Amino acid sequence: MVEAQGIHKYFGHSHVLRGVDLAVRKGEVVVIVGPSGSGKSTFLRTINHLDIPDQGTVRIDGQLLGYRADTTERTAVSDTKLSEQRRQIGMVFQQFNLFSHMTALDNVMSGPVQVLHTARRAAAQDARRLLALVGLEDKAASYPDQLSGGQQQRVAIARALAMHPKVMLFDEPTSSLDPEMVHEVLLVMLNLSQQGMTMIIVTHEIQFANKAANRILFMEEGSIIEQGTPAELVNNPRNERTQKFLRLVIGGV
Amino acid sequence: MWDWQTFFHYLHSLYLIQGAVISLALSIGAMIIGLTCGLLAALMRMSPHRWIREPAHIYVWLFRGTPVLVQLIIIYTGLPQLGIKLGVVSSALIGLGVNEGAYLAEIIRAGISAVPRGQFEAARAIGMTRATTMRVVVMPQALRIIIPPLGNAFNGLMKTSSLASVISMEELLRRTELLIQVQFKVLEIFVVAALYYLLLTTLWGFVQQRLEAHFSRSVTASNRSRDKAARIDLSEAVLTHDAT
Repeated sequence: MVEAQGIHKYFGHSHVLRGVDLAVRKGEVVVIVGPSGSGKSTFLRTINHLDIPDQGTVRIDGQLLGYRADTTERTAVSDTKLSEQRRQIGMVFQQFNLFSHMTALDNVMSGPVQVLHTARRAAAQDARRLLALVGLEDKAASYPDQLSGGQQQRVAIARALAMHPKVMLFDEPTSSLDPEMVHEVLLVMLNLSQQGMTMIIVTHEIQFANKAANRILFMEEGSIIEQGTPAELVNNPRNERTQKFLRLVIGGV
Repeated sequence: MWDWQTFFHYLHSLYLIQGAVISLALSIGAMIIGLTCGLLAALMRMSPHRWIREPAHIYVWLFRGTPVLVQLIIIYTGLPQLGIKLGVVSSALIGLGVNEGAYLAEIIRAGISAVPRGQFEAARAIGMTRATTMRVVVMPQALRIIIPPLGNAFNGLMKTSSLASVISMEELLRRTELLIQVQFKVLEIFVVAALYYLLLTTLWGFVQQRLEAHFSRSVTASNRSRDKAARIDLSEAVLTHDAT
């Protein structure tokens, strides 16, 4: 479903991603953990080319993302083509990034109406269904600044789902939420995973990873250091740095 | 000596009123040209490509760095030397408009830059093209920021339009001067002209207020519904209080 190969990324002189490989099967839930600055968010952003990798390729369902497949050189596809490819990939941000001048309903409808040119009525119907799915059918007319962080993030999830993506990327979806709102967002995500959505999630919520993930990756300094099932990685990490990180995240002294 | 009779006589002179209308029309025309140039230059200046960015940069630098009066004279009296002959009205429109565009480009660019980066990224992640992102997500939010300085720019433009009199454009100031050449009532007629300019800018002030209120509506709309919710809570509290 998603295949990232040899991803390298530089920001100026710093080498943020040092050859990251990841293959995700349909329906698989992959959680990426690691200390801040390890490149996990950047890696996630290269998957939909919000950050364009300096080296390496991303394939969605076998289709090369962002570059023409018929040449050996890296020839970027047009903006229109890249945008078309991105529709298959939903993304949820740490800061929600709801369009502040639109109601919750308009936010969810914006993709189908503006990108897929779905008729407004049909788009609105689907948007209401999705708002109900995230438990916010009564907030359709609210503007983002009238919603709590947790509600905004759930609308953001509905907005991404409205494009019926093949895979959903979550970039620290609960990191800027107050503790009491983390749960409602994780619950929606858990629901999605049980419905068979393919998901790649960057998060510090180890308990959630334990419950929802098929596989956990531990990243540090731009590389994947260790990966395995939750049982393997959380309960029995082999790498010293993984052990150290988990001790810090899970808590205790 | 100040002559009230002359003053009131010219206060409703059709000749000057027409002049004021021409000034207004010239300003509106120049503003439309300015907005077009300004938007184009603002978008170009944000391009990732140097060869798109640079011409816009030079445009803004050139037209903000030289007096609009000099630009008008060059366009009207200088360009014919290169075989480019423009009429008075086109020269005035182009001169004022292109000059205004250089200032508006900065205003528009500042407005667009003030929209948080995350809004742009979210739109791109949904699959919107750059153009759709601009139209649907960025510009509506930028407008809220841009409208007030844009209104001030138009206020300024209505006054700057008087410079077109130098290239013999028959707008308000030129007509005032022509009258004075015949009547010699310098102060009275100039004061009338000043009052007409004042009338134009004052009327625009009212329009601007309306526009600003209109374009900040999504912010105020959410505040309003919040206020309304608060009022309902309050009235319910009063009702229950009365019942007990």
